[in-house]
Formats: sequence, structure tokens, C-alpha cells
Amino acid sequence: MLNYIIRRMFYAIPILIGVNLITFTLFFVVNTPDDMARMQLGIKRVTPEAIAKWKQERGYDKPLVFNSAEEGVQKFIRTIFFEKSAAMFAFNFGRADDGRDIAHEIKTRMLPSLAIALPVFLLGLVAYITFALVMVFFRATYIDFWGVVLCVALMSISSLFYIIGGQFLISKLWHLVPISGFGSGLDASKFLVLPVVIGVISGAGASTRWYRTIFLEEMGKDYVRTARAKGLPETIVLFRHVLRNALIPVLTGAVVVIPLLFLGSLIAESFFGIPGLGSYTIDAINSQDFAVVRAMVFLGSFLYIIGLILTDISYTLVDPRIRLE
Amino acid sequence: MPFKPVILWTDALIYLLLVLVIIFAWHIRRNEHLLVPWRRVGQSASGMMALIVLALFVSIGLLDTVHFRPAIENNSSTNIEKIYGVQVLSLFDVIVTPLRKNVEKTYSAPFATHLYTRETIELSEGRQVREFPRLKFGGAHLDNPEIQFTTDVTWRAVVGVGFGLFVWCVFVASLVILLAYQSGKKFIQTLFAILRSETEVPWNAMFIMLALILSLLGSALMLSTHYHIFGTDKVGQDVFYQSLKSIRTGLVIGTLTTLIMLPFALLLGIMAGYFRGWVDDVIQYIYTTLSSIPSVLLIAAAVLMMQVYMEIHPELFDTIAVRADLRLLFLCIILGVTSWTGLCRLLRGEALKLREMEYIQAAHAFGVSHWRIISRHILPNVMHIVLIATVMDFSGLVLAEAVLSYLGVGVDPSMISFGTMINAARLEMAREPMVWWALLSSFSFMFTLVLSANLFADAVQNAFNPRIKTLSFVNRKVVSQ
Repeated sequence: MLNYIIRRMFYAIPILIGVNLITFTLFFVVNTPDDMARMQLGIKRVTPEAIAKWKQERGYDKPLVFNSAEEGVQKFIRTIFFEKSAAMFAFNFGRADDGRDIAHEIKTRMLPSLAIALPVFLLGLVAYITFALVMVFFRATYIDFWGVVLCVALMSISSLFYIIGGQFLISKLWHLVPISGFGSGLDASKFLVLPVVIGVISGAGASTRWYRTIFLEEMGKDYVRTARAKGLPETIVLFRHVLRNALIPVLTGAVVVIPLLFLGSLIAESFFGIPGLGSYTIDAINSQDFAVVRAMVFLGSFLYIIGLILTDISYTLVDPRIRLE
Repeated sequence: MPFKPVILWTDALIYLLLVLVIIFAWHIRRNEHLLVPWRRVGQSASGMMALIVLALFVSIGLLDTVHFRPAIENNSSTNIEKIYGVQVLSLFDVIVTPLRKNVEKTYSAPFATHLYTRETIELSEGRQVREFPRLKFGGAHLDNPEIQFTTDVTWRAVVGVGFGLFVWCVFVASLVILLAYQSGKKFIQTLFAILRSETEVPWNAMFIMLALILSLLGSALMLSTHYHIFGTDKVGQDVFYQSLKSIRTGLVIGTLTTLIMLPFALLLGIMAGYFRGWVDDVIQYIYTTLSSIPSVLLIAAAVLMMQVYMEIHPELFDTIAVRADLRLLFLCIILGVTSWTGLCRLLRGEALKLREMEYIQAAHAFGVSHWRIISRHILPNVMHIVLIATVMDFSGLVLAEAVLSYLGVGVDPSMISFGTMINAARLEMAREPMVWWALLSSFSFMFTLVLSANLFADAVQNAFNPRIKTLSFVNRKVVSQ
């Protein structure tokens, strides 16, 4: 087991190197640091001195991959690639345009993001599986049919409308909770209710439908027929046999997103004014802070790869037939 | 010539797509075994009703694709050379000229005859009052709106519905005659068979849908020339016009993305599964790496970089439309890069399975070349996956456009799309009194488009292969991030 996990970690390294190369190409080769400086300082009236100063302040005044002015190993180390791109492997993300340390910002902003994403994830999982089980229990009846119709309708609504509609109804019309904002400690809970509820509802259509198809597929298997032939009531068949066996495909979809919960949700956080990583990324996109976007791309893929490894491990926990060798 | 045709990049690709669809349809018609699943699609009532709605949207989108630059009238007869305006118009713009040109001063509610905000008006005796001024176009034909308004709107709506139903009757009658002629039955017999829904194709459901659409269309036609049926936005532009224009953007994103990524996904996916070995390793590495970057972040990064490039090189684009169009195309490409991995993985799995089939072993034994085996034996057998993936991706991509435009990494701000409409309208909800119609309009149009796409996709999926179900889910995850 431990052996397998270590080997998986080594597999992850080439992928991270690939991601790193992609971000390097996107951010430094497609547009040179000169272009970025010109963009940031205004296109028209910009002097070469200003560009040089901008680059020097941010450490972009070095060659891309090979520094012929230095000696020995320093030829490779004193370059943009090594200092800006490869340094991300050590979680050294550098500084944002406002001079703050990106790694520190990420650390402080992770918790607010998690405060929303985790309840949405857990409540959603429970709610969707419950709905799906109800629909499967009443399969081939009007409850199932209208359930599917409702799911398709819910799927067809953009997540933006869920947020706008929810804010309007609950906060503006009924004045139940504040429209947006964030507090510390228990104070935060009143700000969190609305985003969590909306988050759960906006994912309901697609997920419930997906879980329903998984359960239905499991219902057609032989062991279900055997269980029924033994005379077990339908509820026991559904909750004890089908639910357990359907956990494997459910886990594939669920476990892989757990690490990504740290990143938060881009749109929800910006609508509700939550100081998490999602709104951090949006602010960076809007102010064209390339260093932050680059760091988030790397962090995102790092978390995704961890999610993949976790998925593999979780398989062994739910299905004793699967051995990781 | 009073105009100069303009073919933007996305236009060219849409024409290409159209040609491909026609060739594909022609090919299917000639092969009975390919026609069978499509017959099953034709038997699904919800699918066919959705198809009618989609056909309406697609025809609006296609009309909006034929672009040209109108000539500027100049009176100096010495100048023989025509000058063409920088404004790029489409055939659709010409058809809805009244909607496009009837621009008010600022906000006005749906069916309003007065502006939404008070203005200071100077009366003839020099006094000033603050009141809601009349609109320049909305209800301008009424002398006394308070009294005439209700009758005028009702009358126009009724006439519109009547006109729509008249067209419907003519259409239905001619179709029934055609069906009766084909089946060799009497007209009445065919009509009753349709009424009792005894036909194979659910004609009665389709006719109901068509009646609904035509009467809505008729009344919209009658009303929108004299009123702003969805109100006007901040700069007084008709919201109904914007919603109609958004359709093309949505369709382009939904279809061209797939068109662009399809060759790569097909080639790499089949190659990985067919050749295995190091080819498989390399291709798997590429798609694992690409799919491990959260797609919103990858799109954001790529679009940011493209923005910088476009800002630094403004000389590459001669009109705003060209610039907006290239940006749209680029968005399609980058969405394609992030979404091809799912399809590629599926195709690889299918190719792995197919290469062990006996007929392919036999082809090997006969010394058929790899290229020929792939094109003759493997490609036709994975086409159903491609088709299902294409129709399932569509709705997710339309939804993605709105989110990305909201994030500021979507289409060009000058391009009308659902995303830019929502983005502009979202702050208006906080306004007092509230401006709600732009949101309602974009919501209803987008919901109709996506819902019918979803229903049609379901029908196609059920007809071709009910077992592939993870596709849409995977892509939806991408969007909801």
C-alpha cells in the first residue's frame, strides 16, 4: 500500500513538470515580460526605462531559460524559468503585483473558501444521493418521471441565475440573511447559509440525474435479483445492497474533487464577497496580475493530482477486491 | 454593389460545419443501417419538440452569420469608388432593422410608453416639471397611451397569434397531404391517425409545439415593431434584439468548439488505443497533463495572454467586429483544448476494445495498412460516441460561455452574448427601482436554448447508446468549478 502510494507520487512529478512547462510557455513565451510591462503601464506612453524598472521590481529582468552572463550552474539558475516557474515546486510563488507574498495569501484565504465549499460538497452529496435513491425507489412511476424532468430543467439554468435569483429572493425580498460579506468565527455562519444553499441547489440537477443512472444500472445486476428472490423487502435491497455497491462509481466522482475544495468557487465567492481563493483568482484576472493566476494554475493541478491519488486509495477502502500493487 | 460581403473566421467555420452536416446527412440517407438510430430519435416526442425549437434558434443563428459591410452613401458624384462602412452587419440585422435602430435614451420597462426615469421637461410657458417623458419609439404611434394602450397591445397580439396560426394551418395541411400521398391513404385517415397519435413519428406533439412557436413568433413580430417587448437597457438598446443576437454567440461556442477539438480527439484517441506502446504513453501523458489543470484557470490564463497580445498588436484587426470575432474563435479553441481530453480518453478505450475484434484481426492478416484499418474499420465504429459527445457537450458549452464572460475571460465586451448581457444586468438588480427585464430576457432565451439542447441530446443518446452516460457529467463539472 505505502509502496503504491509512493510510486503514484513519482508518477505525479512528470505531470506537474508538464503543467509547469505549459504555464511557463503561456506566461513568458507567448507574451514576453516586455509585453506584460507595456500592458500594465499603459500601451501608448511608456518609456523603455519604465519597462526596465517594472521588470526589475518583479525580477523579470533575466533571460528566459539560459543566462550566458553567469558562471556554471548559475547559467540556469539565474533565469526566469528557474526563479519564477521551477520555484513553484517548492511552493515559492513570489509576490503579487501589490507586493504581498502569494503563498501567505493562499494560506489565509484557504479557510474561507473551505468554509463554503466543504458544506456544499457534503450536504450536496447527501442530498443528491437521497433524491436519487427516492427516484430509483419509485422508478417507472410519475414521481420518477417528473423527478427527471425537474433535473433536466435544473440542469438547464446557468449557475449565475441561481446566485442572482437566490440573492434577490432571500436577501433582498425577504431580508433573511445579508446579501454578501464575511465574518469571523460563529459570526460567519449567517453569511454562509445563502451561498451554501444556492451551491447545493445549483448542482442538484446534473448530480442527482447522474447518481440515478448509477443506481439504476446497479439495479439491473444479478445479485439484486437474488436478493429479491430471497424475499428481502425492496428497501433493504436498495439501501443495503445497491447503495453499497454503487459507492465505487460515486467515489470516483466525489473523492477527486475534495482537494479542489480548497480553491473555492470563483463565481459564488465573487458574488457573495467571500475573501477566499476564488475571489482572489477573480481579482487577479480582472487586474491582470499574472503571477497570481500562474500560482493558482499550478496549485489547482497539484490539488487535482492529489485528488486522483486519494481516489485510488479510497477504492481499496470500499471494495476489498481491489488491491493496489 | 451596395454592400461588401465579409466572411469572418467563425462564419467560414460555420459554413464548413454546415457543409459537413449536409454531407453527413446525405451519407446517412443512403445507408439504411445508419438511418435506424435516427429513426429512433424521430420517435421521441420530447426530442422532436426540442428539435423544432433548436431549428428556430439555428436558423436565427445562420441568418446572423451572413455578414457584410454596407456602403456609405456619398453624394459627390466624382467619386466612383464606393466607400464601405466599418460597421459589420448581418442579414439578420437587416431583417430586424426596426429593433436595431429604435434606440431610446435609457431604461424603459417592457411594453412601456414612457421612460423609466424622470426627466426635467420644459413646458411651453417656461415652467419646468419632472416627469417620465414619452419614448421615441415604444408606443409612439399612440396619441393617448393611458386609454389606447390595452386595446392596442391586445389587438396586435391577437392579430399576431392569428397570423401565426394561419401559417401553421397552411403548413400542417400541406404536410398532412404530403404524408397521405406517401402512405397512399386518404387525407382524413392520415389526419385522424395523427390526432390519435398512431403515427410512428410523434406528429401531433410536433404540431402542438409548432403552433406554440408560430403564434409566439407572430405576436412578437406584431408587437416588437411598435413596442420594446423586453424593454431597453441602459443606453436604450432593445433587449429583445440583444437576446436574439446572443443566440449566434451561444451556438458558435457550442458547435465550433467541438468542431475544432474533434480532429485532435479522434486522431489521438484512436492512435493511442490502436498502436498502444509508446504512442499510447505519450498521448496519455498529454491528456493527463492537460486535464489536471482546472479548466477555468487554464482558460483564464490563456485568455489573459491573448488579451495582452491583442492589446499590444492592435494593427492586426481592421474592424471591431473582426477583433471580437477572433476573440470568439480563440475562446472556442481554448475551450476545445480543455474539453477534448474526456472524449479522447473514451475513444482510446473504445479503440483498445475494437482492435481485438476478429474483423480487425482478419484485416491485419490480409495485410491491410494501419491507416486503412483505422479509417475503414475503427472510425465508423466510434462515430456514435463522437456524435453523442457532440450533442451532450453543446449545452454545457453554452452555459460555460455565460460564466466565463462574467469572469471577464469570455467573449469580447463589444460582442452581444448571454454572458455579457447577464454581466451588464446583474448590477441593475441593486438599482432602485429595480431593472429586471434584461435578466428575465436572457434567462428565458438561454433556458429555452439549453433545455431544448439537453432534451435533444437525451433523445440522441437513448437512440444511439444508452450506456454512455458519464460524458455530460464530466463536462458539467468543468463549468461549475
